[in-house]
Amino acid sequence: MTEQLVTIEVDGKTLQAPKGAMLIEVLDEKGIYVPRFCYHKKLSIPANCRMCLVEVDRPPKPVPACATPVADGMKVWTRSPKAIEAQKGTMEFLLINHPLDCPICDQGGECELQDMSMGYGSDVSRFCEGKRVVADEDLGPLVATEMTRCIHCTRCVRFGAEIAGMQELGGMYRGEHTRIETYVGKTLESELSGNVIDLCPVGALTAKPSRFRARAWELIARPSIAPHDGFGSNIECHVRNQELIRVIPRENEAVNETWIADRDRFSYLGVYHEDRMLHPAIKTDNQWRETSWDEALEAAVEGLRKIASECGGDQIGILIAPGATLEEMLLARRLAEGLGGASIDHRLRQQDFSQDAWMPRSPGIGETYPDFQHRDYAWIVGADLRRQIPMFAHRVRAAAEAGMRVSALHALDCGWNFELENNWIQANIPNAVAQVASAVRDKTSRKLPSALKKLMPDLITDEARAIAEDLIAASSAGLLLGADVIHHPAFGQIFLLARWISEVCDVKLSLLPEGANGTGAWLAGAVPHREIGGFSSDVSRLDARAMLDSPRAAYILIGIEPDMDCAHEAIGPALKQARHVVTIHSFMNDALREFSHVALPAATFAENEGSYINLAGAWQDFSAVIPPLGEARPCWKILRMLGSMMEFDGFDSVSASQIATALRQKIDKNPESVATGSDGWDMQQSIESWEMPRWLRMGSMPVYRADGMVRRSEPLNRMPQTQRNQRLHMHPADLHELNLATGDHLSVRQGATEAVLEVSADPALARGVIYIAPGFKSSAELGWHYDAIQIIDQPTTT
Amino acid sequence: MIRVLQDFVKSFLLIELLKGMALTGRKMFAPKITLYFPEETAPRSPRFRGLHALRRYANGEERCIACKLCEAVCPALAITIDSEQREDGSRRTTRYDIDLFKCIYCGFCEEACPVDAIVETNILEYHFEQRGEQIMTKGKLLAVGEQHEQQIAANRLLDAPYR
Repeated sequence: MTEQLVTIEVDGKTLQAPKGAMLIEVLDEKGIYVPRFCYHKKLSIPANCRMCLVEVDRPPKPVPACATPVADGMKVWTRSPKAIEAQKGTMEFLLINHPLDCPICDQGGECELQDMSMGYGSDVSRFCEGKRVVADEDLGPLVATEMTRCIHCTRCVRFGAEIAGMQELGGMYRGEHTRIETYVGKTLESELSGNVIDLCPVGALTAKPSRFRARAWELIARPSIAPHDGFGSNIECHVRNQELIRVIPRENEAVNETWIADRDRFSYLGVYHEDRMLHPAIKTDNQWRETSWDEALEAAVEGLRKIASECGGDQIGILIAPGATLEEMLLARRLAEGLGGASIDHRLRQQDFSQDAWMPRSPGIGETYPDFQHRDYAWIVGADLRRQIPMFAHRVRAAAEAGMRVSALHALDCGWNFELENNWIQANIPNAVAQVASAVRDKTSRKLPSALKKLMPDLITDEARAIAEDLIAASSAGLLLGADVIHHPAFGQIFLLARWISEVCDVKLSLLPEGANGTGAWLAGAVPHREIGGFSSDVSRLDARAMLDSPRAAYILIGIEPDMDCAHEAIGPALKQARHVVTIHSFMNDALREFSHVALPAATFAENEGSYINLAGAWQDFSAVIPPLGEARPCWKILRMLGSMMEFDGFDSVSASQIATALRQKIDKNPESVATGSDGWDMQQSIESWEMPRWLRMGSMPVYRADGMVRRSEPLNRMPQTQRNQRLHMHPADLHELNLATGDHLSVRQGATEAVLEVSADPALARGVIYIAPGFKSSAELGWHYDAIQIIDQPTTT
Repeated sequence: MIRVLQDFVKSFLLIELLKGMALTGRKMFAPKITLYFPEETAPRSPRFRGLHALRRYANGEERCIACKLCEAVCPALAITIDSEQREDGSRRTTRYDIDLFKCIYCGFCEEACPVDAIVETNILEYHFEQRGEQIMTKGKLLAVGEQHEQQIAANRLLDAPYR
């Protein structure tokens, strides 16, 4: 279908424009500038600032370009005396109440009002009455306010309503008394709230962490990629004197459009945290000693060599963070191979690896985000998207607003910010998925593989039937399995059931792993069951769980803090008994100090270079934006050094891009699918259905505890949700049953570990679920994030 | 020929010498223009651009708000400013350095300043003995300002009608 074009004349030039387009869109596209404040291409058009008034031939008065559709034969003058006079008039009214505090305003130098007043403002104000003053509000630790500067463009209000899905800011009162406020004096809690800083055309909303730190003209913008989730948001790091001052989104229509999540925007503060490891160090007699790189590398290599020759290379385990770059993963894998069969894995929180062989070539959605948004139905299982991949949640929301029907299944109500077809809250997720599979079998009368027979539940709920019907009826549906089912003890059976459903209903099955490179890790070889390039492997190596179930003699920990990033309850003892533990990480914490023997300081994402593969399968590379702090070095260089000191093959690359190119060539040789195909079902052994414990501990990762860097960003950790996450959450009815109230303390035991935590009622949870967030000291030792948990004593109510 | 004769007579009569001696004699009794520096100095315009100073308000609060316009306008890149939010929430500098070796005393910083914080005083007598002393730090600049506030204020007042 070709777009209908109309011909218009702008400033004497003839232009072709799509019919129905707003004048301002056409002018922007042709590079003809019209001043504006309230108009933003991603938001709705309120036409309330009146700055974009232009003269047109038909109505006698100037019209706002943002709200005037083009019509055939329309004549427009953007710079005629009449248009300029109208714009100047608007500007004079806007400046009546705007304070003249540009010198102390953080927006100064990048302020749209400032620019516009240079172009359209008058040098002397005719207004001699008192100016309006508006009290500031505390919007939380991320956004600073100076509401007197507000010009009521309502971009932030529309952003909340249309993009973030949470209307946290709104316009109160009328006329001159209009104020932009939170409705009830609340702070901003949306995971995308930081975008209002970019949207605000004046200095009313500015970034609190970088407040008064720098001027726009001092900053050098260097492109990078957000390193906290698989979405792969494009960011721009603003650097002053080699110091990272702030992070803003870099526009990429295919990925993050013009937004980024708060986690990506404010995590950079972790770079300067006091926990940063700045010098290589060696532990001798339980004493850490800072040393030179040569000595530390020598110690690391010597220890590894010794273990490899005495116990065999398979006695070495490499645990790598899912946020490591492709280059780091590839070199770590080569290191593992060089050491003679060492195991490597990045799936630190996963418990069930039984279906590894059946997994797709790599997780991720396997199509571009816009393509995903064109699907007509999505069933999201076990993914708290707003917390785990906030920008993907935004994409799903946008798709839902545009007509995609979305159903969700989780053990909690994830607070979806759009209307769901079916929001199924169910503690026993494997059973729920089995119910849907059963309903699908009934509806389609397709034969169920014998392996799945035992999983079929007796009872099928209405929700399961409705979801099954939707899946069958949809023409291009997607089934997404989130991090919370990947970490589930019965992930294998959930995956198999989902796979069968997707085959029968012709639904695209996608996995949404955690970490910035959860997709790339499978291709770069950071999984035990695949070769470099994603080829399936016949060599048996240990996965992350097995490496700790049967402790190794030596470990290499890359980019992880064992107490915070891993879930295995045996990680402490396993690392403690190991004879040699090499840590390569940007930060030092108590657990690393206790367990490791050699610590090599690695650069953070800001000082590193490399590439990620995002959930949509796009390769995105980035370079360092600042030089490494102290003696820290990019992790890939450390690994290259280790490899070449041990004289292994494949460690002679001189740049990260060279490694990436080599990997890419390897992957390109790989056929798309390694899956065994539908006939492989016969090879599956029958699976016993997972038994739901009386109390299930659920440990969905809180948004601001996801990795070492985010955990060290002070403003993010002051966010109210991070504070709330430190408590133990239960359904109010469960609490009532236990005679507990919010604020009481409860002792729980998981495995052999006990913890006493403050409880809090949370009606969003399913019955029988105890939510204890990982990523905090108080819960670090409890072990698996999804596991049976016992309540060991009834505390005294106060 | 006549010219040669004239020169001969002049040299014979020592007229040139007498002229010279007359000048010497006149100057010997005229009032002297030599200044006994540093006890005496020549008068300086209120617009004189000498050593820099940072001023304070009468209540003791420093004027500088870290807008960094002086840093931006400085053609010699002599000014370096770091800023952050002070505990009371106001915008303040944590570092304000002027490198006097780089400075060309153009006075743009003074003109750019929206709060008359950075000024060039009419002090021109200063020297450095150690490398690094030429960096005027915030403390030094404020000290100059405190010491010469009266003079600075008087000069600003004199020049005010022309600004």
